Amino acid sequence: MSQTTVSVPRCPPLLAVPLRAVPLAPLSASLTAFSRRIATSHPGLFRRLGDYANTPFVIDPTDLPLVILLHPGNGKPKITLTRRPVQGAARIAGPLAALLGLVHGGFDGDALFFSRDLVIEGDTSASLALRNAIDDAELDFSEELMNLTGPLAAPVHRALLLLERRTGLCLTRPEEPAW
Amino acid sequence: MVMEIVCPAGTPAALRAAVKAGAHTIYCGFADETNARNFPGLNFDRTEMRESVAFAHHHGSKVLVAINTFPRAGDEAIWHRAVADAESCGADAVILADAGLLDYAARHHPNLRRHLSVQAAAANADMVNYYADTFGVKRVVLPRVLSVPEIAAINAETEVETEVFVFGGLCVMAEGRCSLSSYATGRSPNMNGVCSPASHVEYHDHNGVLDAQLGGYTIHRAQKGDAAPYPTLCKGCFTAGEKTDYLFEDPVSLNAEQLIPQLQKAGVTALKIEGRQRSRSYVTQVVRNFREAVDALEEGRPLPQGMLARLSEGQAMTTGAYKKTWR
Amino acid sequence: MQLTVAPIPFFWSKDTWSTFYEEIAETSVDRVVLGELVCSKRLPFFQGQIPGAIERLIAAGKDVALTSLALITLKRERKLTADLVEMGLEVEVNDLSVLAYLPKGTNFSVGPLVNVYNEGTLRWLTSLGATRICLPPELPLASVEILAKEAEALGVTIEVWGHGRLPLAISGRCYHARLHGRTKDNCQFACEDDPDGLDVATLDGQPFLTMNGVQTLSDSYATTVHQIDQLRAAGVTALRLSPQSQGFADLCHQYRALVEGQCNGEAVLNAISGQTPEIRFSDGFLTGDRGVAMSTPAIAART
Repeated sequence: MSQTTVSVPRCPPLLAVPLRAVPLAPLSASLTAFSRRIATSHPGLFRRLGDYANTPFVIDPTDLPLVILLHPGNGKPKITLTRRPVQGAARIAGPLAALLGLVHGGFDGDALFFSRDLVIEGDTSASLALRNAIDDAELDFSEELMNLTGPLAAPVHRALLLLERRTGLCLTRPEEPAW
Repeated sequence: MVMEIVCPAGTPAALRAAVKAGAHTIYCGFADETNARNFPGLNFDRTEMRESVAFAHHHGSKVLVAINTFPRAGDEAIWHRAVADAESCGADAVILADAGLLDYAARHHPNLRRHLSVQAAAANADMVNYYADTFGVKRVVLPRVLSVPEIAAINAETEVETEVFVFGGLCVMAEGRCSLSSYATGRSPNMNGVCSPASHVEYHDHNGVLDAQLGGYTIHRAQKGDAAPYPTLCKGCFTAGEKTDYLFEDPVSLNAEQLIPQLQKAGVTALKIEGRQRSRSYVTQVVRNFREAVDALEEGRPLPQGMLARLSEGQAMTTGAYKKTWR
Repeated sequence: MQLTVAPIPFFWSKDTWSTFYEEIAETSVDRVVLGELVCSKRLPFFQGQIPGAIERLIAAGKDVALTSLALITLKRERKLTADLVEMGLEVEVNDLSVLAYLPKGTNFSVGPLVNVYNEGTLRWLTSLGATRICLPPELPLASVEILAKEAEALGVTIEVWGHGRLPLAISGRCYHARLHGRTKDNCQFACEDDPDGLDVATLDGQPFLTMNGVQTLSDSYATTVHQIDQLRAAGVTALRLSPQSQGFADLCHQYRALVEGQCNGEAVLNAISGQTPEIRFSDGFLTGDRGVAMSTPAIAART
């Protein structure tokens, strides 16, 4: 038997603290628009959710002062940010870095779960479906953001990469060299 | 001959990741009850299968389609269709467990290569040869209850290729012959393609102490800061007599990386990685690691030391039954 | 409906073993399958008693068959299997590798540890000479009905698991030995002190499973007392009763009375509970629920 651990970085306070004061409604609206864009470019993601394409998920980045309520809405997703406790069929909680790493394929969900960096509650099956659907979608938030911002894409992308390097957050999909 | 790395893929993205990471062969299944990893959000529809096989073939990798549950009485057509569709999607072989389905495939799809699934639990040379003679099986995935010398003994008595598990989840029971899961939850590997299904898992956090229940039975309790394995029945914590412990198996996963040279000497053709339910990140890391190992072996270099522990269940590893003291 | 006595799954002393079959010979059961099913290391302890028991049972008019091991891996076990086939008595196949030893055209029966889930497998086994098949206990009534119908057309007898702790899993590892900190090769027969297996409870103290060497059984005693009519209507013609250390002969009488229509299921369960008050019943596999579930007579009557 052998044991190893890899540490998941925590979101730096510089990023987390301002979120305590920011009004959440406009941010929610932007994220909903962003998620609809992803829904359009990755229809397979919602197909994969199957029975859970209408299940409300609570995503809780534990190092941020807010939680994310995701309604997949059968392919018309809605994202609501809130600072109050909310109910969902399934709750996935962990440091932002773990959640982003999961989306971008930088981390393995089961491994994060075994090490308790990630905690799931409620409908385990729904969480699993979401995890698998997202893993297959090969999402890249930075790429999606670039598409969103048009002419400003290049500077935004550079800023994201800088942020990624400074914070250790996984904001882009790591490109694996071919064998 | 370099040993063949047979890698899992639960999604087309994982399949592409496996191909890019150097897998010689990928196994996967249709998104229904015909395969033993029938999990939510996982597996391939017919179009995805066709495209994925084409992708793999384009990059020189093979694809095996697992149709390894036991067809339900009255609904065998679902399984028969899966075999036909695997062939038309261009699969290099199907992995089957049920004798009736093997018989069907041998009769109706004679040109489709047949592998015997680990779910058939062929645990001795007589059985391996019997499946080969009766159904034309070309490769047998050996059950995880055998030691390396026993694997060598089987290979000495058969011409059939053998494939063994080297990494991932570990069944302690003879595969395909276990109904612990359906006893507790009503859903079983044999009939539904799931073991200890997530739909019946509940976690309860009491001030950092995490209880894991399956079908209402508390089978694991992780103290604050301890690893939290998935509550698989045979790796649960139970009480018998005076003892409370992991009575069947610790929450470990298999890692036989360092036994690869011995497995090659034992005549094994292919090394199989478990984990169609795992992410493409897992697939990439594990495949890369094992591909490096078999290439090193082929070129006479020392085996690289792996860093795969974090990917395993409960973060502890075992060489399982390959070492006889496991029993 | 016939009654079959399953092989003793546990490790009993040779005297207990012989006395058990003496008693069985006196009961009204139709068929007895005996021999070692679970662990080849147990066999030498009672092997010498087997011919006497067979003789006694046949003299009492019972149909007798010998079981194979449930999991055949070692060279010694393969040799045992070859010897078993040569004994000339009907063999109950509980590991498919026995088929490799049976001379072509030999009739045989199939035990509950062989995966017969569908018509294709049933037809295939019949084509090889199977004349009687005890279906896996995991099967729901819906599957039993389809398979019994297919079997009827093929002239094969279908038996179902009628009573007893459910065989849920078989392994290469001995859990009794592991519990005592020993390896399987040096087990010192840790299982011999548990004539009905060793109770395994959850972390909340709920009874759950039963440890029996390399085998894992249910805690509950499966029973078909509430489904006799449905099974009969489906074409099932035999019930399998699995040995337990207490009150088994009486249990056989109870089931006989039940299948003869002389009492109802509730009465049988009450009688069994009177003898062994600590046991729990289940019939969930058959009703399509989870295996541990137990239907009440009222629910059974509705379905």
